Amino acid sequence: MSKKITLLDYGMGNLLNVARAFEHVGAEVKIAETPQDAVNADRLVVPGVGAFKDSIAEVRRRGFDDVIRQFISTERPFFGICVGMQMLFDVSEEFGTHKGLGILPGKVEKIPEKTTDGYSQKIPHIGWNSLIKPDLIPSWRGTLLDRYEVEHPSVYFVHSFSAVPTIPSDRLADCVYGGHRICAAVQRNNIVAVQFHPERSGNLGLELIDSFARSF
Amino acid sequence: MSNLRIIPRLDIKGSNLIKGIRLEGLRVVGDPQEYAIRYYEAGADELIYMDIVASLYGRNNLSDIISRAAKNVFIPITVGGGIRSVDDARHILRSGADKVAINTAAIANPSLISEVANRFGSQAMVLSIEAKYISSGKWEAYTDNGRERTGLDVVDWVKRGVELGAGEVLITSVDREGTKQGFETDLIKQISDAVSVPVIASGGMGSISHFIDAAKVGGADAISMADVLHYNRLTIGEIRSSALEAGLAVRRI
Repeated sequence: MSKKITLLDYGMGNLLNVARAFEHVGAEVKIAETPQDAVNADRLVVPGVGAFKDSIAEVRRRGFDDVIRQFISTERPFFGICVGMQMLFDVSEEFGTHKGLGILPGKVEKIPEKTTDGYSQKIPHIGWNSLIKPDLIPSWRGTLLDRYEVEHPSVYFVHSFSAVPTIPSDRLADCVYGGHRICAAVQRNNIVAVQFHPERSGNLGLELIDSFARSF
Repeated sequence: MSNLRIIPRLDIKGSNLIKGIRLEGLRVVGDPQEYAIRYYEAGADELIYMDIVASLYGRNNLSDIISRAAKNVFIPITVGGGIRSVDDARHILRSGADKVAINTAAIANPSLISEVANRFGSQAMVLSIEAKYISSGKWEAYTDNGRERTGLDVVDWVKRGVELGAGEVLITSVDREGTKQGFETDLIKQISDAVSVPVIASGGMGSISHFIDAAKVGGADAISMADVLHYNRLTIGEIRSSALEAGLAVRRI
C-alpha cells in the first residue's frame, strides 16, 4: 500500500521533525509549499507549534485555508498536530480573538491558571501526560489510537492554549492537567488531530504516525 | 503539575561529548550521537545539548550534531550555546531542535528573548541561567559558561526574562555543576517560586536522593543530569523507578 504523505509548509514550527518522523516509519513525504503542491495529496498533514495568530495568518496568506477545507471535503485522511489541530476550530483566544477555519465547532482557550484545587499551575503545559478516554468514547478500537487501547500511554505536550470542542463526540482523547480535562485529540470522519506532539513522543508517537501513514 | 521530566544534558566541545567540573576541566566522554541514542532508547523525556565553547567563539556549532540526532531521536531537543540572533535560533530549530536555550546573548540584549518568543513561540525560548552563589541567599547570573560576571541578581533576571517571553527556565548552578554534591535546592526553589513557567534544574546530581530533593525541596519541573549517566553511575530506568517509589509523578514507560 502506498504511504505517501503531504505536509503543509506554511513557514512555521516543527515541519522538518514531523517529516523525519514519517520518513522514519517508511512513508514517502512530500512538502507542499503552494496550494498546487497539495491538491492531489493522498494524506494531508498540517503540523504546527507556536502562536495561533501567526500560524493561521500564514495559512491564509499562502491559500492553504481553501486547500485544507477542500481536502477534508473529499474524505481523504487528514491529520493535524498542535496548532494544526487548533486551527480547525472556529476561534482562538490566544493574544486577542482570531478566527480559525471553522471546520470543527468550538474554540481555543487558555489552559486554566489554577488547578481544580485552587493552586497556581505552570503554563505552558510542558511534558509527558497520559491520554485518557472522554466519557463518550468507550473504546479506541478502530481509531488511530487503537494501539493505545490497553495501556494509557504518555505523550509529549507543549501548549498554553487548548481546543474546547462544542460537540462532545468530536473528542477522541483527553488528558488531565491540574485536575482539568484538556482535549488531547479530536476525530470526525476523515479528520484526526492531536494537541500533543507524536513526532516528539518516542516510539508510541511513531506508532501513531505509522498508523496514520497506513490508514484507510 | 506535569510529570517530572528526566533530561540528560550533553555538553559538547567541537565534535565531542565532554564533561567538566564547575564548567571547567573538561574531559572527553565520547561520541554525542551514541549517547543521545542510548538515552533516547532508555526513556529520556527530552535531551539538552549545550555547545560549551560557543559563546567564546561567538557561534553555535551544533547544527550537524543536531541534524544527525534528529533522524533517530524522537523526543524534544533543546540546544544552547552561542545563539545570538533570531537567525541563529532559526538555523538550530531547522536542524531539528525544538527549543533554543539562550544565556549570554539574552543578557547582552534582553529584547532577543521577545524576538525569539514572538517568532517561534514562547515554548521554543528557554532562558538559560548560570548562577553563582554570592551570600545570604543571593545568586549572581554569569555568562560565557560561568566565566563572566553580570552583576544581575538571578531572581530579578529570571522574572524579567519570563516577562519578556521565555517559556521555560534552565537554571545551572555553576558552583555545583560536575561536583556530584547535589543540586542547589535553595536556588531552584527561589526560581521556581518566582516564575509561573516550568523550571529545569541543572548542576550537581550525584545520586537519586539529589534528584528527589530537586523536585520535592526545589520544586523543579524537570531535572537535568550528565555525569551520573555518562559514567554509568545510574541509569534512566533507575532514576525513573526510584522517583516513582518516592511518590514523584514521572512518565510511566
